[in-house]
Amino acid sequence: MNPRMIGVVYRKELLHSLRDRRTIISMIVLPMVLMPLLMFAIGKTASTIVSKARTEVPRIMVIGGADSPGVRAELEKSGKFRVEKAADDWKRLISEKNVRAAVDIPDGFEKALASGSAPTVTIYDYQGELRSGIAAEQLSSFFIGLRDRATATLLTAHGLPTKIARPFDVARKNVAAPEKVGGNLLGGLVPYFIVILCLVGATHPAMDLAAGEKERGTMETLLCSPAARTDIVLGKFLMVLTGSLAAVFFSLLSLAGTVIAVGFAAQATGGLPSGPGLPTIDPLGILGVLAMIVPVSVLFSAIVFSLSLFAKNQKEAQSYVGPLIIVVIAPCAIAVLPGIDLSLGLSLVPIANVSLVCKEMLSGVWHWGYIALIFGSTAVYASVALAAAVAMFNRESVLFRS
Amino acid sequence: MIEATLLTKVFRDKKKGEIRAVDSVSFRVEPGRIYGLLGANGAGKTTTLRLIATLLKPTSGTVVVGGHDVVREPGRVRAGVGFLAASTALYARLTAREMIAYFGRLNGMGEAALRSRIGALAEQLDMNDFLDRRCDDLSTGMKQKTSIARTIVHDPQVLIFDEPTLGLDVMTARAVMTFVRECRDRGKTVVFSTHVMSEAEKLCDTIGIIHGGSLRAEGTLAQLLEKTGETDLEDCFVKIVVPEAAR
Repeated sequence: MNPRMIGVVYRKELLHSLRDRRTIISMIVLPMVLMPLLMFAIGKTASTIVSKARTEVPRIMVIGGADSPGVRAELEKSGKFRVEKAADDWKRLISEKNVRAAVDIPDGFEKALASGSAPTVTIYDYQGELRSGIAAEQLSSFFIGLRDRATATLLTAHGLPTKIARPFDVARKNVAAPEKVGGNLLGGLVPYFIVILCLVGATHPAMDLAAGEKERGTMETLLCSPAARTDIVLGKFLMVLTGSLAAVFFSLLSLAGTVIAVGFAAQATGGLPSGPGLPTIDPLGILGVLAMIVPVSVLFSAIVFSLSLFAKNQKEAQSYVGPLIIVVIAPCAIAVLPGIDLSLGLSLVPIANVSLVCKEMLSGVWHWGYIALIFGSTAVYASVALAAAVAMFNRESVLFRS
Repeated sequence: MIEATLLTKVFRDKKKGEIRAVDSVSFRVEPGRIYGLLGANGAGKTTTLRLIATLLKPTSGTVVVGGHDVVREPGRVRAGVGFLAASTALYARLTAREMIAYFGRLNGMGEAALRSRIGALAEQLDMNDFLDRRCDDLSTGMKQKTSIARTIVHDPQVLIFDEPTLGLDVMTARAVMTFVRECRDRGKTVVFSTHVMSEAEKLCDTIGIIHGGSLRAEGTLAQLLEKTGETDLEDCFVKIVVPEAAR
């Protein structure tokens, strides 16, 4: 290995790549534009969706309860629901979101209530659907209120103070502003996009200076020079890595820029801006993400570079790298799923581990043990991939595949 | 000086099995001489030249180039060889000057030496008008000059030309031929492959006729003609390459 020769190859590749508009777009322009756009778009949409869901008067359906007109009247009177005419296919209507939830009032409900027996009221909702959940929650609080009032009536009838049925009160209040709900979502999405950008940034240079060079015949020219093959492959690899890291760097730079700009705007207006609903991100977390992403970049660069080296031409290389994006997105998506947390097993799964730990870091949580383990395991995967790329470059059947 | 001894290269192909692209080829080229490998497409010319330039490793046999073995010291061999083929292209987004300088640096040349060398080459090849234009903007003739300058930037003692006139117009092809001759006159060892009879006739001191991976005949033009009893290289070539029954 000759560092001077690696440098010669790298400097030429850098110059050659920086003169390519497509590389500039995938390495600098796209990452710079994507992040602020993502923040505004997601922040805004998420906060509108959540606040809209909160203010919506849900359409519900009452099944049964024909002999309990009082309850039905109260439901309608409460103003919290729009009671639709009962239909037999209420299950389908809920699934198709025509109705948010349904409530089944058993026959003879009001009579049973008066006599003191305890009939069951069933609420039907579509679990996981935000607005259906909210409607079901409101229904259940309506019936809890109704039950409390019935209890009070019974107690009074027996000459007892109503207090004995309610020794204390429970209150639940939401502290998350609508934009915070968006922030949580974004915290998961930022690493997702960064990991993808990390791959996209490596893709173009890798195609251009491996398969592309074979296709255009410059690879043969280069191999005629006395530079050792290992030096050539490492110089080229460094350029692919530069593409990947540059994409990550510029996306984080624009993310940090957006966060700072929002902060200034908040100071200027004397409070958090409520308009665009921008989520809060820990600025130190951005640095943490940058550090964690380095081995991922090495890993991706080496894989994409190897595939591109193996391919006869850029078209073939593209058909190998295309499916790779899907392979990468799958573990990445794990981090965005709700309820998934870091564990020992997960911290060894490449890409998913980094995605998860980045999500934590961006929200200001630092698990140092996991961070070390994930950095280490990713570095090991990356070295294996790089060794494969170097071995690939030393095989003449790969270099002169035609 | 190039000395190839029983040079053999076998490729393994999944469908076709083993292919002996080069089979026990031996020849010798002295400094100040042009050795021409004459053969049809697929005869094994390119593979032979790639073996000499260390782009491929021989399956068996040896080549010694300028005193260095291609298997044991490939880097040293390449440092003394200039390789120009129809397939060796230029970097589209580098200027002609950057292209030449890159290969100078890959050959370990210092910046000062490189500057004066590029100046001299530009003068010699009449390249000053387009030295700072990008390679993808150059005409075929300009590209060929840039490739030549790239090939000889490190002043190699051995020059390998693999069908260097392929796809060139008459004037550019002539310029390349003149350049090959100049290399010989400056005492370089030159190997030249072609499938064009007239080029071999005009240029080569020794002609090796290669077919199906093996060297079928070797000698000066006069020797080959005498041996076959023909008056024309093309007839002579056909006589050597095609078996009597098929003619």
